Amino acid sequence: MKELIGVINLDDELDQLNELTYFRCGAAVPFAGRYRLIDFVLSNMTNAGIVDIALFVRRKYRSLMDHLGEGKSWDLDRNHGGLFILPPDWNDPTDISQGDLQHVHNNLDFFYRSSGSHMIHSGSRHISKVNLREVYKQHMDSGADITLIYKPVAELRPEHEACLRMDVDEQGRVTDIHKELDHPNLYMEMFIMDKYKYLELVKDCIAHGKNHFFQDAIQENRDRLKIGAYKYNGYHAVINSVESYFANSMELLCRENYEDLFRENPIRTKIKYEVPAKYLENADVKNSLVANGCTIAGQVENSILFRGVQVGKGARISNSILMQKCVIEENAVIENVIMDKDVRLSGGVTLVGDSRKPFVIAKSSQI
Amino acid sequence: MKKEVVAMLLAGGQGKRLKGLTKSLAKPAVYFGGTYRIIDFPLSNCTHSGIDTVGVLTQYEPLVLHSYIGVGSDWDLDRRGGGVYVLPPHERENGSSWYQGTADAIYRNMNFIEQFDPEHVLVLSGDHIYKMDYNEMLHFHKEKDSDCTISVIDVTVQEATRFGILNTNDDLSIYEFEEKPSAPKSTLASMGIYLFKWEVLKRFLIEDKKTETSSYDFGKDIIPLLLANNKKLYAYPFSGYWKDVGTIQSLWSANMDLLCEEPELNLNDPSWRIYTKSPNQPAEFIAPDAKLSNCMINEGCVVHGEVNHSILFFGVEVGEGSVIKDSVIHPKVKIGRGVRIYRAIVNESMVIPDGTVIGSEDSVDIVLVHADDFIASPESEREAMKR
Repeated sequence: MKELIGVINLDDELDQLNELTYFRCGAAVPFAGRYRLIDFVLSNMTNAGIVDIALFVRRKYRSLMDHLGEGKSWDLDRNHGGLFILPPDWNDPTDISQGDLQHVHNNLDFFYRSSGSHMIHSGSRHISKVNLREVYKQHMDSGADITLIYKPVAELRPEHEACLRMDVDEQGRVTDIHKELDHPNLYMEMFIMDKYKYLELVKDCIAHGKNHFFQDAIQENRDRLKIGAYKYNGYHAVINSVESYFANSMELLCRENYEDLFRENPIRTKIKYEVPAKYLENADVKNSLVANGCTIAGQVENSILFRGVQVGKGARISNSILMQKCVIEENAVIENVIMDKDVRLSGGVTLVGDSRKPFVIAKSSQI
Repeated sequence: MKKEVVAMLLAGGQGKRLKGLTKSLAKPAVYFGGTYRIIDFPLSNCTHSGIDTVGVLTQYEPLVLHSYIGVGSDWDLDRRGGGVYVLPPHERENGSSWYQGTADAIYRNMNFIEQFDPEHVLVLSGDHIYKMDYNEMLHFHKEKDSDCTISVIDVTVQEATRFGILNTNDDLSIYEFEEKPSAPKSTLASMGIYLFKWEVLKRFLIEDKKTETSSYDFGKDIIPLLLANNKKLYAYPFSGYWKDVGTIQSLWSANMDLLCEEPELNLNDPSWRIYTKSPNQPAEFIAPDAKLSNCMINEGCVVHGEVNHSILFFGVEVGEGSVIKDSVIHPKVKIGRGVRIYRAIVNESMVIPDGTVIGSEDSVDIVLVHADDFIASPESEREAMKR
């Protein structure tokens, strides 16, 4: 898909996941046993054949860089094109750009050098399996200036409150963008448009002292632009709080959701070369997702275990998420807990959180 | 570019005794341990031992093996001035033929070895499961100023009759080599790992080639020839887990060895990871009705039913009410509902219909289930046949 380039803009994404985002950006938060949130949008892009992808980062991106490397796991280690992690450049005294427009202004080379004529712009908080080839096709067929991707949700949830909503008419045109809380059409923070048209709008915004592309160039101009809407019907989750992280993770324990997210088109992530998970003599594991490298001697129920987790004999884990290399010693009990990486829980300790407000334990803690 | 050691990995074997598993697959590409292929072991050993130049000699059914190895990036063997090289037999000016034997395979790739101008050549085979630091063997080899060092492992007297046995003096110098002796004088079995001074090996490969009656084999021809010419041969003792997985029975039991609580072969050692091509699958889904004990399960599996003392490779599905015991299930096998599998190896991508019964709990033999010789018979039909 040489016509499309990808921009993953993490600038607007606040670090909303408490302890999980103390030392990493939201895009680098581990999810579903072996992935990080960024993997989903990145895999959607590479599954559509996009090979020029820029990542705008501003804060706490060390672990993200470590995860992405040169993009090899996504086949983005290219001689020409590939993955560009683009931190901001603050040293240009003539630069009058602000907000997320700074990234575009500071990295115009990426846009001019990449061969695609159109760009897909996305964040990392909306997890989906959107088919970007289809979006591109609809965008081209409709003749719209810009096509926004939205999800009509059946049931509105707390994490949806922060999302913009879209009114879409029968011709698939966006007639309004607003924040009416009871409206089901969630804007997925993804749009597609002509690359040069985009740059033109960016320049115009900068010249007028604006600082936020979507708000100032799209929302403000919605009467002047022909805004198309692409309706996405597949798996969708918004991760913008610890509660939404927990609830959406747990819903992957429903086989239907698991298959919707993973059955077709692989989600790629950094390779770790772990051994298959090992279930010992008295292990009792039910309704859980388990990644490689785990060794389980105890009881695990309704939980997600990331790579390399160890569960000792007699330990009981329920409704919890244990990230990479956590060690739960013998006879410890945890319920409704999210443990960040490398946490060690001593034998016999009991930790219980609330099912709607899980207990979050920061990385590398010893309890 | 001058290299101290070049490794030559013999991976052309058919592995006849693995029957259906090697129907369209060379033996080194056979699956092992829930996620690996046999060849991952010598390749990872090379990487961890600091050997960055490996020639892989292929011949039988090379397609899977070649595409699996690729440019060697999974083993960090995509190096400049080295790395992994796949070396199939090829036609030359004076005709074409397959590799005639292990020594012939090396002989015909002398040009490959020469370009690295190595001091030593390490000859490995692609059909054993073990973790070994070849660098330590190299130290021993250099310390003894040996012309040829053969890695040996202590076996029982009964087992000794199945191996090439080395008889040594007290200083571990070899004075005799016996292939599968009926009355073994020692229990030091050759592991099929040879380290030669390249200059010496080259001379004797050329000499062996001139002998028309030779079978061009390291064990049968080259080693006896070196001994006859009073070359310095030493046995390098290895103690650790090492298993020939050449038969269905031994492949099965090597897999089962991984299931004890602290297996002798520790695959979970971060300092000596066994690298393999990642199947890129989601975390496995363990359903509410699953019962798992004493088993290894890889990512991408969806498990209902009961799995006991077994290994499931990636992407295996186990239906409701099924029981899998003492078995090895290769990748992407779909097992229906109410299936019972005992003491079996099920080849990749097989579909096992609902109600099938395979093997029995108390049999000695291991059943191999593969596309050719297995016709799935639902339990009801079996019951009907009994009547």
